[in-house]
Amino acid sequence: MSGGVDSAVAAARAVEAGHDVTGVHLALSKNPQTYRTGARGCCTIEDSRDARRAADVIGIPFYVWDMAERFHEDVVEDFYAEYANGRTPNPCLRCNEKIKFAAVLDRAMALGFDAVATGHYARKGEDGLLRRAVDPGKDQSYVLAVLTPAQLAHSLFPLGDTPKDQVRAEAETRGLAVARKPDSHDICFIADGDTAGFLKNRLGAAQGEIVDAATGEVLGSHDGAHQFTVGQRHGLGLKRPAADGRPRYVLSITPVDNRVRVGPREALRVDRIRTGAPVWLAPERTGSFDAEVQLRAHGEVYPALVTADGHGLTARLRKPAFGVAAGQALVVYDPDAADGDAVLASGTIDEAGTVEAGTVETGTVETGTVETGTVETDTAETGPEAFGSAEATGVVTTGSDGSGPAVNGAAATGAGRSAAAVDRRTMSTPGSARV
Amino acid sequence: MAYLDHAATTPMLPQALDAYVRTALALGNASSLHGSGRTARRTVEEARERISEALGAKPGEVIFTGSGTEADNLAVKGVHWARRAEGRNLVVTTAIEHHAVADAVAWLGDHERADVAELPVDKLGRVDTAVLAELLDTRGDEITVLTCMWANNEVGTLQPVAEIAALAEARGVPVHTDAIQAVGHVPVDFAASGAAALALSGHKLGGPTGTGALLLRRDVKAVPLLHGGGQEREIRSGTLDVPGIAALAEAVDHAVRTRETESQRLALLRDGLVAGVRELVPEAIYNGDPDSRLPGNAHFSFPGCEGDALLMLLDAAGVECATGSACSAGIAQPSHVLLAMGAGPDDARSSLRFTLGWSTTKADVDALLAAVPEAVRRAKTAGLS
Repeated sequence: MSGGVDSAVAAARAVEAGHDVTGVHLALSKNPQTYRTGARGCCTIEDSRDARRAADVIGIPFYVWDMAERFHEDVVEDFYAEYANGRTPNPCLRCNEKIKFAAVLDRAMALGFDAVATGHYARKGEDGLLRRAVDPGKDQSYVLAVLTPAQLAHSLFPLGDTPKDQVRAEAETRGLAVARKPDSHDICFIADGDTAGFLKNRLGAAQGEIVDAATGEVLGSHDGAHQFTVGQRHGLGLKRPAADGRPRYVLSITPVDNRVRVGPREALRVDRIRTGAPVWLAPERTGSFDAEVQLRAHGEVYPALVTADGHGLTARLRKPAFGVAAGQALVVYDPDAADGDAVLASGTIDEAGTVEAGTVETGTVETGTVETGTVETDTAETGPEAFGSAEATGVVTTGSDGSGPAVNGAAATGAGRSAAAVDRRTMSTPGSARV
Repeated sequence: MAYLDHAATTPMLPQALDAYVRTALALGNASSLHGSGRTARRTVEEARERISEALGAKPGEVIFTGSGTEADNLAVKGVHWARRAEGRNLVVTTAIEHHAVADAVAWLGDHERADVAELPVDKLGRVDTAVLAELLDTRGDEITVLTCMWANNEVGTLQPVAEIAALAEARGVPVHTDAIQAVGHVPVDFAASGAAALALSGHKLGGPTGTGALLLRRDVKAVPLLHGGGQEREIRSGTLDVPGIAALAEAVDHAVRTRETESQRLALLRDGLVAGVRELVPEAIYNGDPDSRLPGNAHFSFPGCEGDALLMLLDAAGVECATGSACSAGIAQPSHVLLAMGAGPDDARSSLRFTLGWSTTKADVDALLAAVPEAVRRAKTAGLS
């Protein structure tokens, strides 16, 4: 229980469903003051208190579980390492993969609980598949798409069938004081929301060049390549406008020479994406199949031909995507309007490019070969709305022997920077884009 | 439900509750000059006399406070401030003090530029007096105040307070002792101990929460923490809590009067608990001094288990105990007491404290022993995350 409204309602619903529920708040920092403070965070003493009060009202036992060390090793260190490699990680997804549905679930199972329930907005079908929530604006299936079938089997998402505003209303009806607590969007372990400063603190400042990807001309300088994300438009600090007067975007970041390459938006266009080893949430498929893919939290959905081999997934997009960042997840969905799109598999994006140009790493995008696209808009967003919503909980229900207490894991997460440049005007958004 | 956390708080004794209710219905501020005020004042002074008599102090040495923590802070900070002078700015503490003392001393170091020296303890959690003797020889003139608890709140080990006070006395150093876990549980005689100050707390011995007292020798100066009406020798301003004080005196009197038979009863139950746990969990480590300890205290480390997990499992099984570690936002830190005793961080995180009190019966111990094997089995599976 993060101390937010979603996990509180999830816990209450789990109780009502007949489970023997225990509330758990995850302490993710040894020193809570070093993480976000205020009402919007997830790791503070205040949030712990809010979660405790919600548990009181619901009438369940409540404990704080110390996951600070694991969280630091598996999520925060990974965050640094990914940025140091010129990639854009999603820490929420990593937290779900390594903490909430791994460390917390393992501990809960060992202690006699049956499952972890969280306040994530996602559904689990009767077939056991992870499906999108009914509220398209809140759907969090993307950040849960790293769960193995075994983890999914011990997970409950009591909020998946309810729109967020109804969850808030329900919290109010239940007398939960967190009913009006604002959503958290930012990265929970960056106290002041200053991601660039957070990274600079650890990774250091290093002067590097910003160059024109097509001509190699040096356009400016920066003091740390980790401040940039592929697809980023603002904050480049370039003094001279491009020859054609159009905005320039980050096309690639190469840590080796600490260089940031920029170019026109058209150069961000990709239609072929390659991932590392996939996680299959549904029965594994081989060969090629038609599906939909999503490339960032709350991002655009693309029809694609997905090919699976032993080492990864390759998606050929049926319409181009712009500014796809390595480090984000590619999540493969089987469209299902009735019961919610089902997650088939996911993988971390390693490369993105164009079919014509052959696959190119996002780290070394060759812009010269890319056709000029016809799409235009202001795009790359790195603001809070690009992040996954940050609430989650766990509730673990009684052991089949009927003796165990139930647990409830929880925490909240912010999500990672996202870089996908999405054109909302020209692309259809079947229930996934957040505007 | 089996409550085995009496060192955290113990239920109010019926006679203390009676005294509280009776007094709370009476009108009067103990500082008022009229009849109601005089009646209230009389209640306070009678309580002062009862407490001083029970603890080998003079009535004038009893200063009522709002908690044990306040009494500790008043002694440590107040005496330090009063004695601080050119060339004298050293506070001596021990590695195993309760946070009410430890954090007050740390604050003096951080915010008042006091020098701080910390006395180590041995494996049983007993303060090393040889180190103290050496410190007194080399830096005795620099010491403003020396503080050492009477009995440790986590592992229950009794401290050589009289020996320490005698060593300090020779150098003119006043000794404060946090006797919050000791009063009513082991013999405590303020005058005989040689201590200059002694803190006690109501709710650890059957009195109300929110009551405490500092016994402070008349010849020892302390700068007040609170300024106001000048109550309690002008050392502790604030309207006197007459019902709380009456109930505190009732509880102290009862606890001290029945101490001998009660401590034998508790020690017997405790020994049964210890033997039972050792039989069920042979690898469990019994911490603290096996002989010279609080009668109601049993403290174990369960290797391979996390104290937090054990606590939760026992809680779910209806047995309430403590990990004995401090928390901020509920995050357990390895016990500083066990670390000071030489335990590794893992053992220090795997500990549980069971404490017995006046309402404890054999049924409570039996409930614990019935729940321990399964809790340990599950906690071990979960391991040290």
